[in-house]
Amino acid sequence: MRSPGGSQLNTSATPVLEVRNVTKIFPGVVANEDVNLHLHQGEILALLGENGAGKSTLMNIIFGLYHPTHGEILVNGQPVRMKTPRDAIKLGIGMVHQHFQLVPVMTVTDNIMLGDESVKTRLLDRRAVAARIRELSQRYSLEVDPDGVIEDLPVGVRQRVEILKALYRNANILILDEPTAVLTPQEIDGLFRVMQTLREQGKSIIFITHKLKEVLHIADRIMVLRGGRVVGEADPKRATQQQLASMMVGREVILTVEKGPAHPQEVVLDVQGLQATSDLGEPALRGVSFQVRAGEIVGVAGVQGNGQTELVEVITGLRKADAGRIQIGGADMTNASPRRITHGGKSSHVPEDRHAYGMVDSYSVADNLVLNQYYLPPFARAATIQQDAIAEHARALVEKFDVRTPSIYTHGGSLSGGNQQKMVVAREFSRPIRLLIAAQPTRGIDVGSIEFIHNQIVAKRDEGVAVLLVSAELDEIMALSDRIAVMYKGEIIDIVDRADATREGLGLLMAGVKHEPVQ
Amino acid sequence: MALLVNSTALGENTWLRVFFGVSALNFTLRASVPLILGAMSGILCERTGIINIGIEGMMLAGAFAAFVAKTSTNHWPLMNSLLFGVAIALAVGGAMGWLHALFSIRYRMDQIISGTVLIILAAGISAYLFDRNAVAEGKFGAIPLPGLSQIPVLGEVLFTNPPLTYATLVLVVVIHIALFYTKWGLRSRACGEHPRAADTVGINVNRFRYINTIIGGMLAGLAGGFLVLEAVGQFQEGMTAGRGFISLAAMIFGNWMPFGAMGAAMLFGYTQALQNELLLAGVTTVPRQFVSMIPYVVTIIAVSGFVGRVRPPAAEGKVYETEGGSE
Repeated sequence: MRSPGGSQLNTSATPVLEVRNVTKIFPGVVANEDVNLHLHQGEILALLGENGAGKSTLMNIIFGLYHPTHGEILVNGQPVRMKTPRDAIKLGIGMVHQHFQLVPVMTVTDNIMLGDESVKTRLLDRRAVAARIRELSQRYSLEVDPDGVIEDLPVGVRQRVEILKALYRNANILILDEPTAVLTPQEIDGLFRVMQTLREQGKSIIFITHKLKEVLHIADRIMVLRGGRVVGEADPKRATQQQLASMMVGREVILTVEKGPAHPQEVVLDVQGLQATSDLGEPALRGVSFQVRAGEIVGVAGVQGNGQTELVEVITGLRKADAGRIQIGGADMTNASPRRITHGGKSSHVPEDRHAYGMVDSYSVADNLVLNQYYLPPFARAATIQQDAIAEHARALVEKFDVRTPSIYTHGGSLSGGNQQKMVVAREFSRPIRLLIAAQPTRGIDVGSIEFIHNQIVAKRDEGVAVLLVSAELDEIMALSDRIAVMYKGEIIDIVDRADATREGLGLLMAGVKHEPVQ
Repeated sequence: MALLVNSTALGENTWLRVFFGVSALNFTLRASVPLILGAMSGILCERTGIINIGIEGMMLAGAFAAFVAKTSTNHWPLMNSLLFGVAIALAVGGAMGWLHALFSIRYRMDQIISGTVLIILAAGISAYLFDRNAVAEGKFGAIPLPGLSQIPVLGEVLFTNPPLTYATLVLVVVIHIALFYTKWGLRSRACGEHPRAADTVGINVNRFRYINTIIGGMLAGLAGGFLVLEAVGQFQEGMTAGRGFISLAAMIFGNWMPFGAMGAAMLFGYTQALQNELLLAGVTTVPRQFVSMIPYVVTIIAVSGFVGRVRPPAAEGKVYETEGGSE
């Protein structure tokens, strides 16, 4: 029996995976430079780095998708050459991709066996595969139904299927690429329990992320990458978030947002008795009322799926209100068109799903930056688009908002997540506005970009803009808000001042527990 | 109903005979075979992610090739000559499929345009090369299956057919099993739904697309061969007359499932039979042009009514570039 907890491992043993002096040069770019890495059996190694730090390139080399320009890779002490992922899989390396590689219309069983099918008399032996899946899912406490169809499963379960896919192929080394980016807090806890089980059973894990708290929580060892190089290692028992953030970014990072007291002015957004229906036809908002004043940030907290998404959609004109009233700057905007709300209402919207609502992946950065005003001069004259004005506008915003892109004509979809979000923020923040609606403004992006966007939001408040911030991250709500509204089952259960709010108190409200004030 | 009409006194009623008579049912099957084959062709291509709008062209090319093969071997024994025609129809259909795959995969041409090119190509070449004096001598005749053909009504409709009709019905079952119960089918469908997922587990997406598009072309070619070698016995310019497109409609109506598509093809075939029977029986005073419209009207209604409810393979029509190349 192995002792539980891989931290007591014997470091003198041969590492299961070793990367020696690996350099990867793409035309014009050095993606990895002289990287060394070793991974022991039963260890969780966290690979920390900002977007573009070279984490993905390194993992793609280990998984056989790229070939190193220099250097070598050793598995169990033996030098190996991997031409394709197939070779990596044979060597016991499995990868859980950030964007799940699962066929939505197929069952769990079909997805897991795809490419490595079990066959009896030339026909697929689904029963044997399902039995194997049940056995694996029991051994590693990865609960799934082999007959479930992927598209009906929650994201957390799909991720378990991805992990099972690797285990089915007898992976001993698991690479988890940003596994927490798409998960809810509860699902993240579940994933961590699975990772611990895997470690106890002797599997080795490389955990790629840029979330500092997670790293300190789960990793046995931390390696930080910046600009393609290893800039240091850290021991999670001693390191602090502050130190790690500085290593990642290469300068001091302020994790807490600096902001002065708010000076609320007149009411800008006035919502009264709002009711709406969800996509599933169930009541999503059951009479929501609140106000946001100029010069303050009102944060909406709550466990996801309690009506936050629908609230933002109704206010921005993307979903119909069944009852109630919305006023922006004194004008009635209930069920007004999105353009009337953005244009007439002088409001901006940073949507929670940037790919669906925030940007057009196949458009250039320049075009994405004028999506909300391309029809206005100077970008349009009569029926024609003014390319020069659009380009000039784009250059100015890319500079001001630090959007890192090879050119303003690059497709928006090819930027990193953080830069895409900065692009959306640049567009939404650069018009004269009086109301800003920001939904999950920092979801899935790196520390440097988060810091930047947070500062921009506070700057907008100080200019006298009314800000409605919706976030699933309680830390973000606590850091930015002046008042905090907690949503529970389609209602605002309470609104508290930031000064009176505690993490515990908000947590109780999020769970629907409301204490009447003691008289 | 059909049993009652054909074996009891109900058969006295002209209307019932028009709708359910053996002749109507036989005609239905005959009209359905090319549609079924065309729809199978579409299913094979689209399930792996290649839109095949060129079924019409592949069919016409197959028909013309079968005709040329048959006329140039008229002096051979009839069965040899006919089978040679079938082989050539398959080969030319397969070549058309290969061309479509080449355009779509290697040259990344828009697949709708590539399909359209094939239609125009087949129409142009077959019209240009068609020798109007050539005559194909003989065609496939019905082979009653021993025993089964003795069953009343059913035997006459299902078990007294020429060979390509039997082959088609068997093919539907084979394709269904192959798609959903074999390694090849699972991998093919993965390529059509989520090629990247297939690639990351070591499946060569584009190779699957090439192979399945070629097989799909062969099936469409066989449909053309059926028209010349089994149904009509001769070739006429543009003789496919939109059957490729109706096949496509049958494929959609059948939700990209072999049996569903066969059902849809039979429905469309039945409307053609109905049109025929109505005109022959002379039971209606409606102008014949309106009666002739029935198959097309039913096709339009079926497809427009169902198109929102069916679900095409998610990645169809999209070029797949391998990970190493695109990043």
